[in-house]
Amino acid sequence: MLDLQGLTKTYKTGDQALKGIDLTVPSGQVLALIGPSGAGKSTMIRCINRLVEPTGGAVMLDGTDLTKLGSGALRKARREMGMIFQEYALVERLTVMENVLSGRLGYVGFWRSFLRRYPQSDVDEAFRLLDRVGLLHMADKRADELSGGQRQRVGICRALIQDPKLLLVDEPTASLDPKTSRQIMRLICELCAERGLAAIINIHDVALAQMFVPRVVGLRFGEIVFDGPPEGLTPDRLTEIYGEEDWEATIEAVDEDDAVEAVA
Amino acid sequence: MPVLETDAGPIWRRRTPKQALVRWFGWLVGLAVFLFCWQRISDATTWFFVWDAPRIAGDIWDRATPPRWEYIARLGRPIWDTINIATLGTLIALVLAVPVAFLAARNTTPSALIVRPVALLIIVATRSINSLIWALLLIAIIGPGVFAGVVAIAIRSIGFCAKLLYEAIEEIDRTQVEAITATGASRWQVMAYGIVPQIAPAFAGIAVFRWDINIRESTVLGLVGAGGIGLQLQGSLNTLAWPQVSLILLVILAAVVISEWVSAKVRGAII
Repeated sequence: MLDLQGLTKTYKTGDQALKGIDLTVPSGQVLALIGPSGAGKSTMIRCINRLVEPTGGAVMLDGTDLTKLGSGALRKARREMGMIFQEYALVERLTVMENVLSGRLGYVGFWRSFLRRYPQSDVDEAFRLLDRVGLLHMADKRADELSGGQRQRVGICRALIQDPKLLLVDEPTASLDPKTSRQIMRLICELCAERGLAAIINIHDVALAQMFVPRVVGLRFGEIVFDGPPEGLTPDRLTEIYGEEDWEATIEAVDEDDAVEAVA
Repeated sequence: MPVLETDAGPIWRRRTPKQALVRWFGWLVGLAVFLFCWQRISDATTWFFVWDAPRIAGDIWDRATPPRWEYIARLGRPIWDTINIATLGTLIALVLAVPVAFLAARNTTPSALIVRPVALLIIVATRSINSLIWALLLIAIIGPGVFAGVVAIAIRSIGFCAKLLYEAIEEIDRTQVEAITATGASRWQVMAYGIVPQIAPAFAGIAVFRWDINIRESTVLGLVGAGGIGLQLQGSLNTLAWPQVSLILLVILAAVVISEWVSAKVRGAII
């Protein structure tokens, strides 16, 4: 469904953030993108919905090359791609409901959105989503009153109300505690399964990625150096992605976690 | 290199001895210049008038007290004019300042090469000229009266409001804007959802702050004929009606205190 062909991004400073990425994501597949800071994970995700303009290559979404679209068509294409952010990126001074409904901005006209006169079907869907993530009672709270985990749930609702085919998820758990991190990852993966969504999840936490996703892609210096199932991430592979380090602890920890999950 | 190697181990000082010497010398030069200027000013002062000042001030105080309280009946209208000049001027300035601020902010300007410098020029030009001077100019153009005062206050305030507002726009959290953009929102929707909520508190703060300043500025506009209580003040000063002058000053003081109180309340409510 999503097909990156030779995707390249060179910043004005001359830094090559992405060096010809080729990647195919079939419909409904959730994959984790791992790699050290500065490997180009964030840039890659942002090149897909063109928050960052790629300098070369093609981003094919269902056969359309997104890099060739004009601004109107790009806005239509962005509706198909929900995005979830590291620091939640909620509009802090708006209510939870307004934040969720802002996911519909690509579908409603300016005055309707400005006057907050969203179609009732959108409001119904917003209530359904808030209920699904357990925040129905918070609909009228201002976003800055929520805890980190709650904010990320609102962020997820905002992405899902777009009715996307693909989720772009940028470090969803980097600002959360370990328990909330798992809950959020589980929620994202469950929702993707329920709705048959594909997702690309940037993630620092290798153990967390291994726990939840069927496919891991490792990025280093703007190149894909690993692409396979999470079991394939051996110490050698991790060294290849991140550099020399003692990886046994990380991998053992994963096994333990899995055991705990199984018992739970 | 403030870390010095000694036999007893490294020691740390804020400055090297050379830097310290340069600074010490700088202070010495500053002090010398200050004393020299003091001497020159002292030579150029007619000390007779200065020694005389307490007696004259006491004399004026005697003439000005008690204020002529019954004169207050004729001050209601002028003080109302003054408040209107300030309020209308501030409102007009805000309406004009918003687009200028969006054109001047680096992250929202449509063209950093042409539009932004023009917006910055508007800000600097309107800000750098005092409202009293704007009033003098406008009285020559549109004639004396309250309207000239309103326009003078409005023009003077555009730059001030636009400058503070564009700084607020440049300081917004960019990820919120990214998030709204990523939903497929149009440029105007990104503005209404991603930017406006973030700058709303700053905007309200700027508005009451400038209104507060404008109340004070508009009290003197009458001195040059632009309406308001300044007209009465000038008339009373010219006829040496000191009891009226003292009453007018009290009324101005009351108006300013009230405006300070209102703006403090409003600011408290927003934050």
